[in-house]
Order: sequence, then C-alpha cells, then structure tokens
Amino acid sequence: MQSETQTSSEYIQHHITNLTYGKFPDGSWGIAHSIEEAKAMGFNAIHVDTMFWSISLGVVFCALFYWATRNLKAGVPGTLQNVCEMAVEFVEDNIRQVFGTRPNVIIGPLSLTILVWVFLMNLMDLIPVDFIPALAAMAGIHFMKVVPSTDPNATLAMALGVFFLVMYYNIKMKGPVNFTLGLFTHPIDHWAAAPFNFLLEMVDLIAKPLSHGLRLFGNMYAGEMIFILIALLPFYAQWALSLPWAIFHILIISLQAFVFMILTIVYLTQAHETGDH
Amino acid sequence: MTINLTMVGQLISFVLFVLFCMKFVWPPLTQVMRERQKALADGLEKASAAEKQLEAANDAAANELEEAKKQSAELLAQARTRANQIVEEAKTQAGEEAERIKLGAQSEIDQEVNRAREELRSRVSELAIEGAEKILETSVDKSVHQDMLNKIAAQL
Repeated sequence: MQSETQTSSEYIQHHITNLTYGKFPDGSWGIAHSIEEAKAMGFNAIHVDTMFWSISLGVVFCALFYWATRNLKAGVPGTLQNVCEMAVEFVEDNIRQVFGTRPNVIIGPLSLTILVWVFLMNLMDLIPVDFIPALAAMAGIHFMKVVPSTDPNATLAMALGVFFLVMYYNIKMKGPVNFTLGLFTHPIDHWAAAPFNFLLEMVDLIAKPLSHGLRLFGNMYAGEMIFILIALLPFYAQWALSLPWAIFHILIISLQAFVFMILTIVYLTQAHETGDH
Repeated sequence: MTINLTMVGQLISFVLFVLFCMKFVWPPLTQVMRERQKALADGLEKASAAEKQLEAANDAAANELEEAKKQSAELLAQARTRANQIVEEAKTQAGEEAERIKLGAQSEIDQEVNRAREELRSRVSELAIEGAEKILETSVDKSVHQDMLNKIAAQL
C-alpha cells in the first residue's frame, strides 16, 4: 500500500521502523514521529509495538493453556486439551531425546513457552503486511511493526534469558571452580595454551546466545522483507508471489520456533554435561 | 537494527511467561497425561488378564464336559454289564428252578413207585395165600407160613 507521496525506499523504511517511545536528545520523553527522531533516541527508547504484540501473544499463550488446565480430564480430552497436550508431548519428546531424563523443573515449561510464544510471534508474519499498520495509521499511529520476532530486541532477550540459565547450570552442575578451570583447559589441555583456550571458550560462550537470537531474527526479518517487497508490486500481481511465499512461510515460522526451542534444549544439555569432552 | 530498552522489557516479560507456564500450565498438563498413560496401561493389563481368565474358564468348561461324557459312558457301560448280569442270573436261576422242579417230580415219582411197591409188598402175602388156597383149595394158616411169606416179600 504505497501512497503517491512515498518512494519505494521510504515505504520500506517506514515498514521496518518500530513505534518508538523514548528520550529525545533534549531530555524529554515521548513518541518518535519520524525515523530520524527514533534513531536519535539511542538506547533510552522502547519499541511500543514490539512490547505490545509480544506481550499480547504471550498472554494469549498463557490464557489458552491456563484455560485448558481448568477442566482437565484424564479420560477422553476435549479439543483444547488435546491441542495443548500435543504441544506438551512434542516438547517432552524432544527433551527426552536431547536432554534425557535428568530431573529438571525448568526445561519443560521453558521449552514449551519458547515454542508456542515464538510460533505465535512468527505467525503474525502471515497477516498481510499493510493490514494492521493501515488500521493503526487511521487511529493516528504512524509506525507499527506487528511481528515481534523481526525485532532483534525480542529474539536477543529470549536468547539472553536462555544464556543466563545456561550459565547458572554450568556453575551449578560443574561447580564454580571446575567451570572456570574448564574455560582455561579446553580444548587443549596444556598450561601454555591457557590464554588461547580462554579466548576460544569465551568466543564460544558469547557466540551461542548471539547466534541463537540472531538466527530467529534474521529468518523472520528476511521473510518480512520479502513480504514488503512483494507489497510494492501492483495490487493485481501481488497474489502470484505473496501466496506461494505465505504458504512457504508456514513452514518457516514453525521451523524457526522449533529450532529456537531445540537449541535451548541443546545449550541446557551442554551446561549439564559434567564429564570430560 | 537498534538495541534499546525494549530488550530489557522483553527479557522481563519472557521470564514472567516462563514462570507462569512453570507454575500453572506445565504441571497440571503433564500430570493429566501421566494419569491417562497409567489408566491406559491399567486398562490393557486388565484386558489381557480378562482374556486369560476367559481362556481358563473355557478350558475348565471343556474339561467338565469331557469329564461328564466320560462319566456317562462309564454309567452306560456299567448299566449294560448289570443288565447282562441280571439276564445271566435269571438264566441260571431259571435253570436251577427247572432242575429243582425236575428233581421234585422225580422224587415224587420215586415215592409213588415205592409206595406202590410197599403196597404191593404188603399185599403180596395176602395175594400169595389167596393164590395158594385157590391151588390147594384149602386155607392156609397165615401164621404157619409167615416166615416164608416174609422171605417172598423181602425178595420183591
């Protein structure tokens, strides 16, 4: 939905700009009205659209599953209970295969939350790119990005949350001394290689959350970008490209949600492994 | 791609959602799944036990039937033997009876013969004397010839 006064590049820029509330350079707080204003805010800003959509979807997830737990039946389950149980069973199967049967209270709910929440956030990508932004524009909101997983803040925040847990379990399972020692003695077990080992282990440690978060962001951002590019075509030709891409995207959004979850499980499994490797 | 306070906000909401899921969603769902698994396993176990029971009952019934058949055959055989026995006994008894009757008749006949003979014997002297009187045309003193008459009677 490109208006006459916009160039293609302006249209794209507009679509990849978040609704930003933050601190103006002059010290006052407010909503940015242009791309330049948003950029000038720096770190002291918050993407209202990302927050709104991700929290809404998180609430949808919690409400749906909580509602399903209200009248659980051990006999024949209803539709909602069946859907929720399928999700839980899928998550449990993957945990059993990768993580094993070690007792851990957090990995199950964590993986389920990630799977469903990321899936719901990715699902927003299938809503036509201009639908919600146009409605928002009518309401006087100039920027509106509806897919939270195309915002690196959202994906990196989750990756960071997982990273904290990984560090916690690394220290808990291996002990603070062994964990620190491991940073210096792997992969080459020789005192002279200690600085080199430390460098390597640090890169490894930091690359994990970074790649974890950026993988999801990159995939969703690229997919969103292609939808935006398709939306630049004349309206009668858009379906020829947007329909196949949307169908293909059904696979991408589920796959990315699954990948994010499985990587979480893998990282937590590595943190639990105390043997030499 | 700008990193700002959104990340902090997202991290907080992520933690809250995970905590909610941990407290209110995961435990009841997994528990009900465990329960169903257990119920299913129990049901299957019960079904196989019932099947075994049915098999045992069928076996018992077949055994019972076999036993009954055997018993009835035995009874039948016994009855047949008994009947044969009775017939045999009857035959023997009848034979014996016939023999006895025959013997009785024989002894009666013998008695009759003896009686006739005795009678004859008792009357022989009379007859002899009568004959002799006719021959001699005199009376014969019975007592004189008693010895001779007795001898004749004894010879009979």
